[in-house]
Amino acid sequence: MRAQFVLSEIGVGLRRNLTMTFAVIVSVALSLALFGGSLLMSDQVNTMKGYWYDKVNVSIFLCNKSDAESDPNCAKGAVTDDQKKQIKADLDKMDVVQKVTYESQDQAYKHYKEQFGDSPLASSLTPDQMQESYRIKLKDPQKYQVIATAFDGRDGVQSVQDQKGILDNLFGLLNGMNWAARAVMALMLVVALMLIVNTVRVSAFSRRRETGIMRLVGASGFYIQAPFIMEAAVAGLIGGTLACAFLLIARYFIIDHGLALSEKLNLINFIGWDAVLTKLPLILATSLLMPALAAFFALRKYLKV
Amino acid sequence: MIRFDNVSKVYPKQTRPALRDVSLEVEKGEFVFLVGSSGSGKSTFLRLILREERCSHGQVHVLGKDLARLSNWKVPQMRRQLGTVFQDFRLLPNKTVGENVAFAQEVIGKSRGEIRKSVPQVLDLVGLGGKEDRMPGELSGGEQQRVAIARAFVNRPKLLIADEPTGNLDPQTSVGIMKLLDRINRTGTTVVMATHDQNIVDQMRKRVIELEKGRLVRDQARGVYGYQH
Repeated sequence: MRAQFVLSEIGVGLRRNLTMTFAVIVSVALSLALFGGSLLMSDQVNTMKGYWYDKVNVSIFLCNKSDAESDPNCAKGAVTDDQKKQIKADLDKMDVVQKVTYESQDQAYKHYKEQFGDSPLASSLTPDQMQESYRIKLKDPQKYQVIATAFDGRDGVQSVQDQKGILDNLFGLLNGMNWAARAVMALMLVVALMLIVNTVRVSAFSRRRETGIMRLVGASGFYIQAPFIMEAAVAGLIGGTLACAFLLIARYFIIDHGLALSEKLNLINFIGWDAVLTKLPLILATSLLMPALAAFFALRKYLKV
Repeated sequence: MIRFDNVSKVYPKQTRPALRDVSLEVEKGEFVFLVGSSGSGKSTFLRLILREERCSHGQVHVLGKDLARLSNWKVPQMRRQLGTVFQDFRLLPNKTVGENVAFAQEVIGKSRGEIRKSVPQVLDLVGLGGKEDRMPGELSGGEQQRVAIARAFVNRPKLLIADEPTGNLDPQTSVGIMKLLDRINRTGTTVVMATHDQNIVDQMRKRVIELEKGRLVRDQARGVYGYQH
């Protein structure tokens, strides 16, 4: 099979159905941009969750030396070893507690570094500025209040935090957006597939004379189908490339510039370029294979070989 | 070359068979006319040879192969050894004469060098030397049919199937086409031609096979068209 012959056939086919090709490109681009966006949103949520989010329900933060100076809860000074032992012993006695983990200042520093990496705030921190803490997994996450009443205000305890309570609303919102994006994506995907099937059908119909002649002179099935499949793949790939460009531009304008969320919300850790870049091959491969497969199955129906 | 053994063909959703119990053999190098009124089964007969359809009963052998046992993906291979010519020429209107002929070779993966050599050659053979760059629409019907014959013959098929090749042409042009087919036949290519053209059949004096309502009613060496219709 000669490549040049096939390529020219593809060009002719795409131009003949210009409006339809355009529709395919746009719908593929939109659905895959949403697909990538939804993947990135999950990444963003995971980045924000940090080390403890999925592992514990409640955290008891203990006073450190700098808290002792600044925080009224810690007016009696940094936590002592006796206080720590007492807290641990009390926790172990409680029925609602499933598991208690102690996090030292060094560990806290390490986890913080892992999450926030090279941000300016992280690089100025030292381990002794971190708080020691007890991380508690509850048998019933709703029983947060039991821990709060027992330990809030106790000497050496800076605060008791319902870990999920703080972030759940935000994650709920992000999750909701994620599902909405997926729903729209699924819809766009169906639209894209139907457009491809229809494009292939129109294309096969408008070229039935050629394909009929090709059959008569003994062209193989693959040879007859290849231009149609490659047409769909090329249109899809253009759409996929647009989707990739869209994602890159979106990250640029939402996080770094334009909206510049990374400056306005500098306590939140945002996904980096690597997160975006690793999604691109997947998007490009999908944009190539999905239309090609759709075309292949459409041809089985509309193009007799 | 072609052998039909008790072949019947019933199309789906139809009760009357298009072909009933047809048995015949066509030898290598023969020239065979296939005659019969419309709906007599001529087209079905040709479609079975090209394996555009499969027979319902019996066996069809073409070029030594049992078409019922030929798997789908081998059909193109088989068709490359056949040439086909139709009443409506079936040329690609947006390709030049030369490109139309070359198409048959591109499709089976011939090299550009081979194509460049064989296309002018075969166009010379059909009497269209030098008209390579013309568009089919600029040619007369007879010339267009010659292009179609050139395309059918460019791969040197062993068997040429012609479905009313002169059906759209005036008598004089038809004679020219028949001379061309006769010449191709003399190179050793077997020709099977369905036709309604009484004069041609009577003049050529070749083997005549007549179908009527799907049955083989006459198989005559050096025959004539037959009854007045």
